[in-house]
Amino acid sequence: MSGLGIVMLAHTALDRAEQVARHWTAAGCPVVIHLDRKVPRRVFNAFRKSLANDPRIRFCKRHTCNWGTWGIVKASQSASEMLLSEFPEVRHAYLTSGSCLPLRPVQELIDYLAQRPRTDFIESATTSDVPWTIGGLDQERFTLRFPFPWKKQRLLFDGYVALQRRLGLVRKIPAGLVPHMGSQWWCLTRQTLTAILQDPDRRMHDRYFRHVWIPDESYYQTLARLYSRRIESRSLTLSKFDFQGKPHVFYDDHLQLLRRSDCFLARKIWPRADRLYQSFLTDGSGAMKRTEPNPGKIDRIFAKAVERRTRGRDGLYMQSRFPRHGNENGLTSNEYSVFQGFAELFEDFQPWLAKVTQSQVHGHLFAPERAEFANGQTMMSGCLTDSAKLRDHDPTGFLTSVIWNTRGERQCFQFGPHDNQAISWLMARDTNAQISVISGAWAVPLFHSNRDFAELRREAARLQKIESEHLDILRSVWTKARVRIWTMAEFVDSPMEPIQTIVNEIGHTPTRHLAEAPRMVDLDGFGRFLQNLKNQGMHPYLMGDFPVEFEPASRRRPARKPYIVQ
Amino acid sequence: MRWRRKRRLVRCLAKSRQLSAIQNNTARIRPGDVLLFSTLRNEKIRLPHFLRYYRDLGVDHFLIVDNDSSDGTHEFLSGQKDVSLWHTDRSYRRAAFGVDWLNHLLRKYAHGHWALVVDPDEFFIYPFCDTRPIRALTDWLDNTSVRSFGAMLIDIYPKGPLDQAIYSEGQDPLEIARWFDSGNYTIRKNPTYGNLWIQGGPRARTFFPDNPAKAPALNKIPLVKWNRRYAYVSSTHSLLPRGLNQVYDQWGGEKTSGALLHAKFLHTFAEKAEEELSRGQHYAGSAEYRAYAEQSAASTDLWCQWSEKYINWRQLEILGLMSKGNWA
Repeated sequence: MSGLGIVMLAHTALDRAEQVARHWTAAGCPVVIHLDRKVPRRVFNAFRKSLANDPRIRFCKRHTCNWGTWGIVKASQSASEMLLSEFPEVRHAYLTSGSCLPLRPVQELIDYLAQRPRTDFIESATTSDVPWTIGGLDQERFTLRFPFPWKKQRLLFDGYVALQRRLGLVRKIPAGLVPHMGSQWWCLTRQTLTAILQDPDRRMHDRYFRHVWIPDESYYQTLARLYSRRIESRSLTLSKFDFQGKPHVFYDDHLQLLRRSDCFLARKIWPRADRLYQSFLTDGSGAMKRTEPNPGKIDRIFAKAVERRTRGRDGLYMQSRFPRHGNENGLTSNEYSVFQGFAELFEDFQPWLAKVTQSQVHGHLFAPERAEFANGQTMMSGCLTDSAKLRDHDPTGFLTSVIWNTRGERQCFQFGPHDNQAISWLMARDTNAQISVISGAWAVPLFHSNRDFAELRREAARLQKIESEHLDILRSVWTKARVRIWTMAEFVDSPMEPIQTIVNEIGHTPTRHLAEAPRMVDLDGFGRFLQNLKNQGMHPYLMGDFPVEFEPASRRRPARKPYIVQ
Repeated sequence: MRWRRKRRLVRCLAKSRQLSAIQNNTARIRPGDVLLFSTLRNEKIRLPHFLRYYRDLGVDHFLIVDNDSSDGTHEFLSGQKDVSLWHTDRSYRRAAFGVDWLNHLLRKYAHGHWALVVDPDEFFIYPFCDTRPIRALTDWLDNTSVRSFGAMLIDIYPKGPLDQAIYSEGQDPLEIARWFDSGNYTIRKNPTYGNLWIQGGPRARTFFPDNPAKAPALNKIPLVKWNRRYAYVSSTHSLLPRGLNQVYDQWGGEKTSGALLHAKFLHTFAEKAEEELSRGQHYAGSAEYRAYAEQSAASTDLWCQWSEKYINWRQLEILGLMSKGNWA
């Protein structure tokens, strides 16, 4: 004899349901089982026969249960009525399903409830306060009619909802009721439950809830608020739902997690999880930790799983995550820096940057001949090779792979108008990109090269066109990267301030001043070179204004040590 | 698309006459069983481990098409209660690389079952495969109304020349070929069928560096809750109706996915490559095998210092090659 009675709704995995039912009665708890009407009569009879030798197990009238429909409430009503009338010693009735599993010795649950004889454990919250609803129907599930099952007749369901919205049909919620929602697995006291079931207005309530959507999550939750003297708004059953409203399933490998949760019941258990059934239904262990349920860790695991499904990992492109344009969340997985024109303007820029920022500094990753990985390597993390053809098969994929493969280590690389421009938009839209451009610096290698002037002129015109298009992208309204652009003339005039800013932003040398500056290439005669291009009719404008007799800043102030006052 | 699918189904009916049943144990298939389908030719050396691996995962029945093996495959498989065997000596290429044969068997035996279609050198990995049988996965997919499950092909290879990775019958190939490429894959969407087209890995970087567009496809959809109206289109890369190819999420999330460890690169590879080239029975005029022959594949070393050593599915999931999705 115990004050706890069990209502069990079963439809599949009847062997498990039987096992659990016997577990309950072995501890003295009577069980009333409702078997879904969709289960064939033959199966039902066999099931009833197999449990016939246990007098504390009863079967109630069967109803058809479709997900989210009234049948489930009907089933729990019939079963509860039977439980309360046939087992007068029951003080608490616990609604469970066939795939629920008691995690703690039943006696602990009985004692727990005996110490709280007036408390109803039912999760119950007003619709405006909870974000769990699926399908955007929260308040509307109480004000529209839902005669069609969502799973079987989706078109009719959606169509009828749309029609009611269109016609502005709104149901009146019966006076005195404030819609509440919550987990359908409750444990109510005899007083509350009989008050609900024997309410003179029950016909009216039932008529109303019959066409509410998912009434099993709101019928008792709403009505308990009318009669309960003491509601503890939580479910004693550990039951987690994913983003589609489907319950998470527990498997053998959750054994330790479930043990440590200290919950009384868990749902739903995979019927073939032999180890779980075996461990929890053999009452022997009985560690008797009289602690409050603490499902925190399980909560976190399932919350993370839902996040992985809905948001995914930023910057990952793979077989089951291939976001459309604009749905990437994060275009790349990590921050990285792109330098345009620096390697041209400074002799030892790459080794210098690597030393100062402690990061991986590549050359021109998108150079036409090969991907210039740091330190002259021909391959890098993830087995990416330096082959230009492989890279250009999917340039944006190459970049996102470089960043993904080196998670945890900042990547820097050089870029310029020589390189494959197919990645421009990706970088520009990417909040992880820090792009620094010295416009026009591509002219410096030309200036130093020993080529025919006609050829130089042609090349200069080509590069200027490419870079100018790239700058247009960087200046567009869709650009989310941190972009800094200087003309070469500006930059040469005071190079250290911008460099200090960039390096500080990379963040490995916080607030320290740079002790060592990269060495600028010799620009003697560069002004004359530009003027010559102009004289040939090709106007180089991206580098800003260089006087014909240009003299670099470093030459003008030779004694000054480069440092910046912040 | 509907007509394409119908054409496939008609084709597979026509090609079904090429198959003759050697051993038909399909009467033993019970409702809810997970079935495995495979086409093979002279793979007896791999079969003992192959069968053991999938029996351990919980596959209930194997349906195998033998394309004229001469190495004793018949003898080995005969008498195994959970194996049904068909024989054909007709052209693999003209049967759309075996797809027609399998489409026929799938249509006939897999309706309403979860069907796994793999080659004898492919090992199916899915989240929690070390603790949960395949039935846990298919039950969960059923519960969440998912009909198809993607598993990308990951080539695994030994360290050192291929001809020195001597594989002996019954051995786990992972003992000698444990390495893979973790992050050099390219993806694009195939607008015709809506599936993703994945390339890359060791084969792309060693055999196709000059012609990456020709590198073999690595995207696969090997596990499907079959319906007799379905049909594979090209190998298990894509199928019809097109909705089944949506094994990826387009809104930023990750769907649950697995991997097929592809243990092709063992000492048997060189012989196989030569034979297949001379038979000319493979995709795109056996371009893949021609590339291997040009590079004297036998002595190739696919390993490099960035190769990753396979540990378990969690490693693949951390590397971003597969995903748990919302299965926890």
